[in-house]
Amino acid sequence: MSERIRGKTWYGHGLPYLSQKRLPGHLIAIEGTDGVGRSTQIDLLRPWLELEGYAVSNTGWTRSPLLSETINEAKAGHQLTVTTFSLLYAADFADRLEHEILPALQAGFIVIADRYMYTAFARNTVMGADPKWTRDVFGVALQPDLVLYLDIDVATLIPRVVQGKGMDHWESGMHLALGTDLFDSFQRYQTRLLEEYRRLASEFGFITIDARQPIDEVQAELRSHIMNYLRTADPARNGIDYDLK
Amino acid sequence: MNSGAAVFNGTPNLSSPADGRSSLLLSPHPYPGRLIAVEGIDGSGKSTQLMLLERWLRARGYPVIFTEWNSSRLVRRSMSRGKKKNLLTPTTFSLLHAVDFADRLTYQILPPLKAGMIVLADRYAFTAFARDVARGVHPEWVRAVYSFALRPDLTLYFRVPIEISLERLLAGRAKLKYHEAGMDVGLSADPAESFRLFQSRVLEIYDELTREFGLRMIDATGEIPEQQRMFREIVQSVVLRDYDRQRAKGNHV
Repeated sequence: MSERIRGKTWYGHGLPYLSQKRLPGHLIAIEGTDGVGRSTQIDLLRPWLELEGYAVSNTGWTRSPLLSETINEAKAGHQLTVTTFSLLYAADFADRLEHEILPALQAGFIVIADRYMYTAFARNTVMGADPKWTRDVFGVALQPDLVLYLDIDVATLIPRVVQGKGMDHWESGMHLALGTDLFDSFQRYQTRLLEEYRRLASEFGFITIDARQPIDEVQAELRSHIMNYLRTADPARNGIDYDLK
Repeated sequence: MNSGAAVFNGTPNLSSPADGRSSLLLSPHPYPGRLIAVEGIDGSGKSTQLMLLERWLRARGYPVIFTEWNSSRLVRRSMSRGKKKNLLTPTTFSLLHAVDFADRLTYQILPPLKAGMIVLADRYAFTAFARDVARGVHPEWVRAVYSFALRPDLTLYFRVPIEISLERLLAGRAKLKYHEAGMDVGLSADPAESFRLFQSRVLEIYDELTREFGLRMIDATGEIPEQQRMFREIVQSVVLRDYDRQRAKGNHV
């Protein structure tokens, strides 16, 4: 079902109307639940990669100019089913894919994605959507070259979230009506979410990093995996000596 | 059918097919109400015909609800922003319409069907299968996206040649809309020519969908009252006869 486009692979049917282009950049996804420290780590990765001579572009979940307002509004008031919500997130994803990710890859950038389609896979499954359906919808996605998964356990996650921005309605899964108590709901929802992420990690071959470690140790591990990948990446993908034909 | 275990923000989950490869569009829905959809290219006259059908059904005392493609408040802002600034790609165009559809299915289509009412839909998922595929998305992908859509009890396809629809549209207003003419696809810089090329593709796909999903075709070149007479006849025999019998037995809510 997947088709290769010049060194990269679509996850499903892809975007058949796009002409094939060179995508010499690298797509690196950082996955993990809310509060695990993704953005802190990404903020540290960027200056490091730039010092190493790579141009970096960031992209994050629900940040598309087309959908971000609608998603915030929907969260604020509208009652949505998991189907409607999934489609909104998919539209946001597709918008960023076509307007941010693909152009940056074409220009040879390293794209660091703060969450990727796997977040939708994990959440939708926990919320009760048909996993096959979610995967079909995200068939438009480009497969990342590298997925780094920040793993944590709920017991370690809780104090971090409480000390950080606090438990929020959505990240606590209150919409799932698992219970009326925010703390209990958070614990149950995040437990199920983490189970799902771990299942996806083995299915899709993520590189798992223990996010319970101190920030600099997590950062060191991330860097060593990224370096390793960049060193061994197919030279064609580095944009050197490419464009056969 | 989904177990319904997950409740999202207090609203029941839409059912999704147990086997992701199948689609709810392929088998009859289980609800006591009836769902009638009209399809056709812009300018086919389908909205006029549906309005006339609605008048007739109401006059005969049927409980009727009307719902229209791309009308939910939820995506209005993204849609108009996207269209105005030309930000929409075939995929985001398709997904925004799917969001609209999922939202209307939840609030405007499912409750009346469960309550035993007649839902009239001006355009349905087949519009996405025709237009979005003409824009270039993968036909299997868009079918999978809409696999949660219920199968209408009757779908009428109002078939009209391009020139007639073009004439009708231009008689009503000064110019064609950008997306209706398929200008975003880049087939021609001339709106009328672009309309012809784009809508011909759409028309071709509709013809295939008619076979694939068993849509009922009506020749939409005829006089309005004549088309309406045929429409009512089909509705009577395909939908109302059985619906009346069911209501007589008191099966409706």
